[in-house]
Amino acid sequence: MAELNHTSPRASDPERAHPFRTSWGSRALWAGLVLYLVYAVTTLDLTWARFLVGIDQGGELLGRLFPANFARWELLLSDLIESLQIAIIASVVGIAISLFVGLLAARNLMPNLVSAPMRVFIALCRTFHPVIIAILFVKAVGFGALAGILTLIVASIGFIAKLFAEAIEEISLKQVEAIRATGAGFASIILFGVLPQVFSRFIGFSMYQLDSNLRNSTMVGIVGAGGLGGTLFSAFQRFDYDFVTAILITIIALILVGEALSNTVRRVFQ
Amino acid sequence: MSASIVTKPQDSRRWQRFTPLERSARYLVYLVVVAAFIASLRTVEIIPEFLYDAPQQMADMFRRMWPLDLAAYPATIHGAMLETLHIATLGTLLSLLLAVPLALLNARNITPSAWLNWVAKFFLVASRSVNSLVWALLFVAVFGPGVLAGVLAVALRSVGFVGKLFSEALEEVNMDTVEALRATGASPLAVLLKAYWPQAKPAFYSVVLFRWDINVRESAVLGLVGAGGIGVVLNDAMNLFQWPKVATALLTIFAVVLLIELLVVQIRKRLI
Repeated sequence: MAELNHTSPRASDPERAHPFRTSWGSRALWAGLVLYLVYAVTTLDLTWARFLVGIDQGGELLGRLFPANFARWELLLSDLIESLQIAIIASVVGIAISLFVGLLAARNLMPNLVSAPMRVFIALCRTFHPVIIAILFVKAVGFGALAGILTLIVASIGFIAKLFAEAIEEISLKQVEAIRATGAGFASIILFGVLPQVFSRFIGFSMYQLDSNLRNSTMVGIVGAGGLGGTLFSAFQRFDYDFVTAILITIIALILVGEALSNTVRRVFQ
Repeated sequence: MSASIVTKPQDSRRWQRFTPLERSARYLVYLVVVAAFIASLRTVEIIPEFLYDAPQQMADMFRRMWPLDLAAYPATIHGAMLETLHIATLGTLLSLLLAVPLALLNARNITPSAWLNWVAKFFLVASRSVNSLVWALLFVAVFGPGVLAGVLAVALRSVGFVGKLFSEALEEVNMDTVEALRATGASPLAVLLKAYWPQAKPAFYSVVLFRWDINVRESAVLGLVGAGGIGVVLNDAMNLFQWPKVATALLTIFAVVLLIELLVVQIRKRLI
């Protein structure tokens, strides 16, 4: 801004002459977007008439969703407990495994030969949606909580082992060196040089994962892996909509309680 | 890590990292975690025999998947996969129609009314706390099975995500530019377009791309509850025990997810 010079406005410079000139690139992008929309809507058989019929149905559905029906609260409670069990076991086991996997995948502590395969393993755990993993486990170990637990363990590894590895890669190596200079062994280096630097972040990630495991434990039941999801799905299939509302309210309450708990734990370890 | 260090061997004073209250709070958390874990393990209904022969069952499943049913790819899988991509893309675009106004209402430096902020926040949170599979179940009940339910499920789940992150980006905008433009007498729309938008644009595109990436993964499973796409093919093949077809569909999903991720990385590099 130092060279604000009114005598030579440099009108020849196109940037100066039109600060807000039209960008042909972005216009082409918009045109492409409109073309895509027209193409997609025509190929997918999305019609306005169907939408309007649906809106009518939606009104009727809303009427049947309320008031919530808690008459079968015993079933609801036992499913809720199963969801909780799945989430707790999967989180504890998944976090314990992730600690080791994350450590092995950290490139600043491990040779490439170890960290590269571990990173591929983590990426593999992340690629598929938990529900698809749940389908495979249901076929392998049968219906029930076990399939849900195994699914969420895989999902946990995919998410927090990656975050653990990244946190370890960001540590200061000076402390590690100091511990090493005292002649400490490998386990001592990890325990006293690495872990104190990343511990509170680990707690944060773990709490986040517990949260997301709670959410997902209510979902994997849709494909038969135990918990609230199965009951929710069958209530939908039996058009038992007031029970659906009751289940949804329970799920939302569970998630809210989980969030409050994890905030408390985070504050303790601050 | 409550490691304690003795400052002087003769001195009775000891340095400790945490106060007794902090330490007992931490031990209480450990205790609760261990207790919850043991209680869950003892009460959860797991049939141990199922766990013991799980490796065998897994091996059996993978053996049945081989060789892949490549003939199914052009017949059904290709079309269904395209449908899934359409669901993800249309859903993401549709979500913007709701997410952008809600983000504007939620951003405190754009909408000064605390009451309107709160209303927008409520809708954003409501959208995020319902899983996309539940949205899909609701919309299948309303619109019947098909693509429309899938698109709406993806859209409504994305509103909360895109809206929250975009409004955070808007709140981080440098207000000096906004003030300068206002001082020239520019209309609110002009301020929005020429002061807020250029600063929030990179964040907006990156959030939309990120959500699109997630939506491709999620729309692949929406078909399991009847909302169209590759999930329908997957579900049918599994119910008919056509394992080679299941394996082909899974590999297709895997390949497409990887490709989309690479594509997003490339677009992000060019655009932002």
